[in-house]
Amino acid sequence: MKFGVVVFPGSNCDHDAYHVVSKHVGQPVDFVWHQETDLSEYDAVIVPGGFSYGDYLRAGALARFSPVMRSIREFADSGRFVFGICNGFQILCEAGLLPGALMRNAGLHFVCKHVNLRLENRDTPFTSEIETGKVLSIPIAHAEGNYTCDDETFNSLEENGQIVFRYCSADGEITEGSNPNGARSNIAGICNLDRNVLGMMPHPERACEELLGSNDGRDIFRSLTKAMAAAEASA
Amino acid sequence: MKAKVFVTLKPSVLDPQGKAIHHSVESLGFAGIGDVRQGKYFEITFDPSTDINQARTSVERIAKDVLANPVIEDYKVEVEA
Repeated sequence: MKFGVVVFPGSNCDHDAYHVVSKHVGQPVDFVWHQETDLSEYDAVIVPGGFSYGDYLRAGALARFSPVMRSIREFADSGRFVFGICNGFQILCEAGLLPGALMRNAGLHFVCKHVNLRLENRDTPFTSEIETGKVLSIPIAHAEGNYTCDDETFNSLEENGQIVFRYCSADGEITEGSNPNGARSNIAGICNLDRNVLGMMPHPERACEELLGSNDGRDIFRSLTKAMAAAEASA
Repeated sequence: MKAKVFVTLKPSVLDPQGKAIHHSVESLGFAGIGDVRQGKYFEITFDPSTDINQARTSVERIAKDVLANPVIEDYKVEVEA
């Protein structure tokens, strides 16, 4: 089992993701430069946070045209795992691998703080190891995390269990006050219909060490690793 | 030959930046302003030899595929000979 961490010009959470996979997940991992098109040796690809292409035009809009993105689409179509974090989530939306878009935060500010997340769907490869009802404490750091989509898309996300994480209060209530960016229905993370592509604004790779205030992010990486092992065993 | 592309947020999409600008404009004393919406403007220059219909087709595609995100934005294209 092997992870790839994609590196665009302007990615800046690539080393955090690499560190977590190598040190805490304990699996082999490579950096994958955005010009690369061969992903055949990987079982999961992380599209990390940062400011790819300086967020020019729109966050994630230009990264979508990097050569690696065509391969990531084929990679996802083949059923392997794609995990977009923060700017990675924005890129996956721009590329059409996930529905909707991430707009400027409703309060206009760049928000950098720990938020509480409620797990909305445990039946995904990224969340199977999270205890039911557990509220995760994971940091956000973004100015464009305001998830938006039309009513039709929203209804299909709900019906198909594609809303994976919502911003919530410390006791797991979905409240307006716990929504840091104005995201529709407090959405913090969604998956595709096949559930092998996840995008989320919060940074689980920054919440894998007690020293950093939380290790709740490990639950997500542990779930993913388990799913990768299961996929490998059935291949 | 020059093409102009105007990208605007769909009317249904909240524009917090436009709201902040609106607020600032009002605080300067300008009255009677109902709303401010922020958008983007692009100028694309073609070689003079380019066929105008070809240019129009190209700009439409550029606007749709790159300059605007159809989930949240509309666009308008003008091509001048």
